[in-house]
Amino acid sequence: MLSQWIRLTAFALCLVSGSVQALTTEDANAMAIGDTDARVEALVKAMATADDKTAVFLQALADDAVKLVGTRAFMVKGDKGVDPVSGLEFALPDEAEDIINNNRMRGELDSALAALKLFSKDAGIRLAATRQLQSDADESKLPLIEKALATEQDAQIKDLLAMVRASALLNSTDITQRLEATRLLATSTQASTKTALLARLDQETDPGVKLALQKALREVEAALAWGDRLGAMFSGISLGSILLLVALGLAITYGLMGVINMAHGELMMIGAYATYVVQGLFQQYLPSAFDWYLLAALPVAFMASALMGVVMERTVIRFLYGRPLETLLATWGISLMLMQGVRTLFGAQNVGVENPSWMSGGVQVLGNLSLPYNRLVIICFALAVLGAVAFLISKTRLGLFVRGVTQNRPIAACMGVNTARIDTYAFALGSGIAGLAGCALSQVGNVGPDLGQGYIVDSFMVVVLGGVGQLAGTVYAALGLGILNKFLEGWAGAVLAKIAVLVFIIIFIQKRPQGIFAMKGRSAEA
Amino acid sequence: MTPQTIELPARTPLLSRAGWSTFIVAVLVVCALAPALNLWVPADSAFHLSDYAVGLVGKIMCYAICALAIDLIWGYTGILSLGHGVFFALGGYVMGMYLMRQIGTDGNYKSDLPDFMVFLDWKELPWHWTFSDSFVATLFLVVAVPGLVAFVFGYFAFRSRIKGVYFSIITQAMTFAAMLLFFRNETGFGGNNGFTDFKRILNIPIATQEMRMTLFVLTGVTLLGFFLMARWLVNSKFGRVLQAVRDAETRVMFSGYNPLGYKLTIWTLSAMMCGVAGALYVPQIGIINPSEMSPANSIEMAIWAAVGGRASLVGPIVGAFIVNGAKSWLTVAYPEYWLYFLGALFIGVTLFLPQGIVGWVKKLKGAKP
Repeated sequence: MLSQWIRLTAFALCLVSGSVQALTTEDANAMAIGDTDARVEALVKAMATADDKTAVFLQALADDAVKLVGTRAFMVKGDKGVDPVSGLEFALPDEAEDIINNNRMRGELDSALAALKLFSKDAGIRLAATRQLQSDADESKLPLIEKALATEQDAQIKDLLAMVRASALLNSTDITQRLEATRLLATSTQASTKTALLARLDQETDPGVKLALQKALREVEAALAWGDRLGAMFSGISLGSILLLVALGLAITYGLMGVINMAHGELMMIGAYATYVVQGLFQQYLPSAFDWYLLAALPVAFMASALMGVVMERTVIRFLYGRPLETLLATWGISLMLMQGVRTLFGAQNVGVENPSWMSGGVQVLGNLSLPYNRLVIICFALAVLGAVAFLISKTRLGLFVRGVTQNRPIAACMGVNTARIDTYAFALGSGIAGLAGCALSQVGNVGPDLGQGYIVDSFMVVVLGGVGQLAGTVYAALGLGILNKFLEGWAGAVLAKIAVLVFIIIFIQKRPQGIFAMKGRSAEA
Repeated sequence: MTPQTIELPARTPLLSRAGWSTFIVAVLVVCALAPALNLWVPADSAFHLSDYAVGLVGKIMCYAICALAIDLIWGYTGILSLGHGVFFALGGYVMGMYLMRQIGTDGNYKSDLPDFMVFLDWKELPWHWTFSDSFVATLFLVVAVPGLVAFVFGYFAFRSRIKGVYFSIITQAMTFAAMLLFFRNETGFGGNNGFTDFKRILNIPIATQEMRMTLFVLTGVTLLGFFLMARWLVNSKFGRVLQAVRDAETRVMFSGYNPLGYKLTIWTLSAMMCGVAGALYVPQIGIINPSEMSPANSIEMAIWAAVGGRASLVGPIVGAFIVNGAKSWLTVAYPEYWLYFLGALFIGVTLFLPQGIVGWVKKLKGAKP
């Protein structure tokens, strides 16, 4: 409450108080007492001559911190009453009554406060206030908006304000004003403009304005459609990059080694929890470097999952090579134990992993399209991991050995490759990449014991669709599935989209049982 | 070239003499001893079979049918399905629809429609509820719906020769998709609450001791019947081809057999068995919801068969009883350790008991002079 007061006074002081009249006791009383219609009318009247006292009083009204003593309205501060005009404090009598604001009144108060915030010194507050006004601008706020427009320096806010002014003018009684407003709004890329135009079109009587409105509507819709399409594309790529991260590890363990690892999702979960632990350590011991905890978390997540992978490989999986169905069941058992283990250690609830400050926020590309930084970072990260894996497999000695063992184990052994050790390394690598995926996932989703479960079916689909033993196939399948999923989602809803994608994969495999990129070989068992 | 005669192994009898006697004892226990101990022995007697035990064993017998079905397709044909939960749930849902209609106007909203439809403000039954008021049609659909789904799915999967882990993963995707579908309210199956609060079956109240016992006996008889059928099936020529498909599918094809028909038949049959199990399960448990289709449930079915011993018919039944018995004890006594135990079971059985408990017992017996 107190901090709110301070904040409030701070921005109230910044108000340009150029008006002759200020808040009067009559105004304050009229805004607080009576039926909603009368109060809203009084509010509109007070807004025309608003000063810093008006702002403080309105904020108090919105915070339910105004009480009635008899027929006078007083602000409440702690256990004291404050006169809204003179600012004098006095002891609040016991019989003070609460004022009840209904939803309409609250809405009016909020937008009035937003209009007042247009004069804040902080550009961020001004921008937010302008955005809020966009949806509920009307003529009553026009004087304030015009005043703000005259003093505004920031180009972005100025453009937005012009739009808000146009939306307010849209309901003007003057036809030329309406036409002017319509023309201006046609260049907008905001979803709220469309709603405003539609609402006006319903009431418009003048045929000329009507025509202009329809034209403007078409232009806005076209602009919006582009934003929607690009937005779906971006979220598709974003989902695709996550699928890619998840599937890259699988592409190594399953695609190259032929091990069905049902615990892959749980290895991701370990990576995500490793990130959580690193975050906790930074909070505790290095709060000044908290923004960079993610960089430290990456190797930790990789090592934690890789280590788990080595343990799994040495104790269970190595006895089951060549028996894929048994591997599947055994790794499922491991996944159950890992999940329960995390529950025992960290509790069954989700834990909170925060974005570092440089990853929150986003780039505003179009009016209805903004690209969050954390998604952008993950896309870049997925590409980097992909590059590293491709390099490792195709250019390094370890990669050569892995490929050799995959293609022909006995011959590789004859050449002096320690195949058992290569198995362990390759499995650790795949598991470590799962850990990296988990670290990335912790930045966009919930971190809980069930984290891996949601991705296991999807990621196997990616590997199956992409074709076994192929990194390129995995990339195409991940991005393709991600984009397909998001486009279907916009069209049919999330659940139906997911089902449609699964059905699509099942049908696709009919046509190409070996995935998009088939390994060429002579085996009759293929 | 002189024609060669091939010595085929003599046809083994359906059950050995000892086998038949055990079987008859099992029939007697299920049909006579259990009802007598539950219904007529007074509750304070040491020999009384509690209602809780009847419910538990009845439930496990349903699971045992599923394990048997998994065994036919996995143990004898080498196809691991991770999607049998769908067929189980489909059978359950068909039965659940009938039971929902049997509630009549006794629901919370006193409407002809099931409560959840009133809640969603639906005015009439959706098309797929058309036959849900007829018990005969329900009995038919309990088998037909899972059978049809399995047939269509299996036809496409086996035709393009999807096998091994590919098939397993695709079936898992299938059950996952089905679960998502049934979670939706619009699908018309009660969304995530599913069906519950049943009142009657064939106009007889469902929550009585007698009804519980009847369902128990029915489940037991079905299980034993399926056991005999499976026994006959795997001993027949058909069963031999299945096992040949399991051991060397390519060689079977080179010998002039088309495995598609064999695999499809046993796959569909196995799905139907699961459907029946689901239909018996729902009136005993009193609820069916989409979580029955979760991939985890289907995998658990596979572990029942694996624990007991694949490629033996007694094995899966034994496995279902051991795993689920342990589950119902552990989840009450040590709830936090149940998943550790289950996980360890998965690992231990695959590593140390590839033939399951039955195979292990056989080996012990064989080792003795």
